[in-house]
Amino acid sequence: MGLPAYIENAKKEIQKIARDYGLDFFDTIFEMVDFDQMNEIASYGGFPTRYPHWRFGMEYDEMKKGYAYGLHKIYEMVINNNPCYAYLLRGNKPVDQKLVVAHVYAHCDFFKNNIWFSKTNRKMVDHIANHGIRIRKFIEKYGAQEVEKFIDTCLSLENLIDIHSLFIKRTREQDEQEEDSIKTIAKLKSKDYMDSFINPDDFLNSQRESIEKQKHKKRKFPEAPEKDVLQFLIEHAPLKRWQQEILTIFRDEAYYFAPQGQTKIMNEGWATYWHSKIMTTKVLTDAEVIDYADHHSGTLSSGTTRINPYKLGVELFRNIEDRWNKGKFGKEYEECDDYRKKKKWNKKLGMGREKIFEIRKFYNDVSFIDAFFTEEFCHDQNLFTYHYNQVENQYEIANRDFRAIKQSLLQNLTNFGQPHIFVEDANYINRGELYLKQRHEGVDLKLDEAKQTLRNINKLWDKPVHLETVINEGKTILSFDGEENYERELIE
Amino acid sequence: MIKKIDRDHHRFKQILRGRIRKDLKRYVTHRELLGRKGRDYVSIPVSHINIPHFRLDPRQTKGIGQGDGAEGTPIAVGPANGDGKAGNAPGEHIIEVELTLEELAQMLGEELELPNIEPKGKKTVITVKDRYTGIRNAGPESLRHFKRTYKEALKRQIISQTYNSKSPVVIPFREERRYRSWQDKQLPESNAVIFYMMDVSGSMGDEQKEIVRTEAFWIDTWLHFQYKQVQVRYIIHDAIAREVDQHTFFHTAESGGTIISSAYKLCNQIINDNYDPEEWNIYLFHFSDGDNWGELDTNECFDILESSLLLKSNLFCYGQVESPYGSGQFLYDLRERFTGEDKLILSEIQDKDAIYDSIKQFLGKGK
Repeated sequence: MGLPAYIENAKKEIQKIARDYGLDFFDTIFEMVDFDQMNEIASYGGFPTRYPHWRFGMEYDEMKKGYAYGLHKIYEMVINNNPCYAYLLRGNKPVDQKLVVAHVYAHCDFFKNNIWFSKTNRKMVDHIANHGIRIRKFIEKYGAQEVEKFIDTCLSLENLIDIHSLFIKRTREQDEQEEDSIKTIAKLKSKDYMDSFINPDDFLNSQRESIEKQKHKKRKFPEAPEKDVLQFLIEHAPLKRWQQEILTIFRDEAYYFAPQGQTKIMNEGWATYWHSKIMTTKVLTDAEVIDYADHHSGTLSSGTTRINPYKLGVELFRNIEDRWNKGKFGKEYEECDDYRKKKKWNKKLGMGREKIFEIRKFYNDVSFIDAFFTEEFCHDQNLFTYHYNQVENQYEIANRDFRAIKQSLLQNLTNFGQPHIFVEDANYINRGELYLKQRHEGVDLKLDEAKQTLRNINKLWDKPVHLETVINEGKTILSFDGEENYERELIE
Repeated sequence: MIKKIDRDHHRFKQILRGRIRKDLKRYVTHRELLGRKGRDYVSIPVSHINIPHFRLDPRQTKGIGQGDGAEGTPIAVGPANGDGKAGNAPGEHIIEVELTLEELAQMLGEELELPNIEPKGKKTVITVKDRYTGIRNAGPESLRHFKRTYKEALKRQIISQTYNSKSPVVIPFREERRYRSWQDKQLPESNAVIFYMMDVSGSMGDEQKEIVRTEAFWIDTWLHFQYKQVQVRYIIHDAIAREVDQHTFFHTAESGGTIISSAYKLCNQIINDNYDPEEWNIYLFHFSDGDNWGELDTNECFDILESSLLLKSNLFCYGQVESPYGSGQFLYDLRERFTGEDKLILSEIQDKDAIYDSIKQFLGKGK
């Protein structure tokens, strides 16, 4: 169905303005949907052709109720694809639609240019439809219950991927070459009487040791800890062919969605920055200002207990633009300790716009916050950390210390807030048991869920599975042997 | 139009129902969890389905917020029960599931393994139901029977030898089309009446009444599911008995002595006046703390039971609710007197948790 004329016109106008500003995006196809369709599409993560599973029904149930009670409303949805697909909510005010169109173009620009999206499949719409068809075929062949049971298991493992593996080729060929070279102790040529000086004993011993180690390492499988647990399971777990395929589908989709989780703050900030820039400088008519302001402020409202990524993102982009316009960076600025002078600092460099375009290309949320979240900005934003007070049964402001805030922010974002889990040994105690390890970075796992997840991994691995983790600062191994969960302290 | 999501949504609801069934015992004993919605619906709170992941413990990560306030300023209240299991972000998920009373009864039946009741008496009410059973040569396209139509066409082709097995194209003619047709089917139905009798003497406290109320709710639900038409009569008694409406039955606070026979007499009277045992399935439930006024009255009760109530009813259920004041003698007397009596069911209900088993005792016979 075609777009109404007023949106079609607005679209053309905004598209031109956006391109003039330097935004660079795929062709974007807009579609109007009513709220129920919107809820449906959103439940499927933007892809109405996805495989059938009850969890989408669960999402839908929540959204439907949320909408019915007026708790939330989805204004727009954009799909990272070439061409981009965007859904507009039918019945919104024209000014809302314009805002959303501008917002969407900025998202598309981000998808196209941000480096973390560079490896995502740009034909994902087709791809996901194919996934859907394949899973439906399995359902016909093996029965709905069987397939659903397996998908339930897979869902539990969705986050066990290695987001960096798309960028680094983790080669294994090299190791094979090394194999021969380590077999003998390398001795330097020397005459007999000089031998003990040129090839001293402790040197030889240390070499011997390292060879032993190498040999030992070789017996280990996988050789190096493997973070792409899903890939490892696909390759090595005793799965049936169709199960392997489903797990592969899950892995594909997980990698497709991962960058969106990695760049939530940036992506939303970027889109908000541009919709506000485009709307307020070029598009808004006098009559629309109030409605625009209303919607815009709604987008940026922040709850006291939750950071609004739209707000944090856009404020940080604006802050950076301002700093690079005025030259508030570099050694000279950092080392200046006159507060008033710093405040008035203006070298009129005008590099702001250029800088934020550069940032949208090369950063993700973690590096974005790490590099540009300054103490000044933190104070301006009135941020704080909070914690739970068990006595009073309430959440309280913990403090406003810049370091603490930044650390928590980064902690929440690293590995997009997921724990780092590696396959350490797939032949544990030489019995083919699976040994996983969490790289502990100060936060424990949620124990009850971790135990259930182990159960699910066991369903795939068939033999006992273990997870080395830390509970209350004590190294612990959680195990599941197919019947019961065990927990024991690890003593080194 | 059927949306794709409807299937997944339906499946999700099915799973929630499965959870209710698993947890039914809790819902049976804690009736306050059930919210009544209109005449035919109840809503039941079910905890959110969580897909387990390896994830970081939210209690250990600090949350970040935005706004004014000094250190220690409260910003949100913790979870209502305050059991210290709070996450770092407020808000736990509960889903309200709506069920029809019929579905609820079905679950109860399956979970308690209640047998379906075999009605007695004449088949009084006849209902008419449409059943698709036959085939006609004419009808609306939406009811076309594809297989039959195809067969007809195939038959013709084979007879006329136009059937080509190499390219088996079978196109039915108009007159070969077949349609489903329906027939009115008459289903017999039976009627039932439930009598609830409750001792409201001083020794029956609020807790005891709550047990009666809860149990009556589930019995009601089950019998309504079994019979299309159920009438319910309420009788309360202390030293004298009277018939009351539902509200009074559950809310009245009487006091005084206990003469059980008064209730039985009244009940018998009502049955004689209104319900011919030949045509009605009669269910009698009596709840008391078992503290009757003397042996004489107890004997009178036995007489009434023996000579009329037990003969006329499908079931006579006596539930004895334990109370701090009652002696509980009545139950023992009944048990002694009527050993082996098929229609009489006795149940001791010590506390709320016993309701579940008590319901099973009462309704487990399929009468």
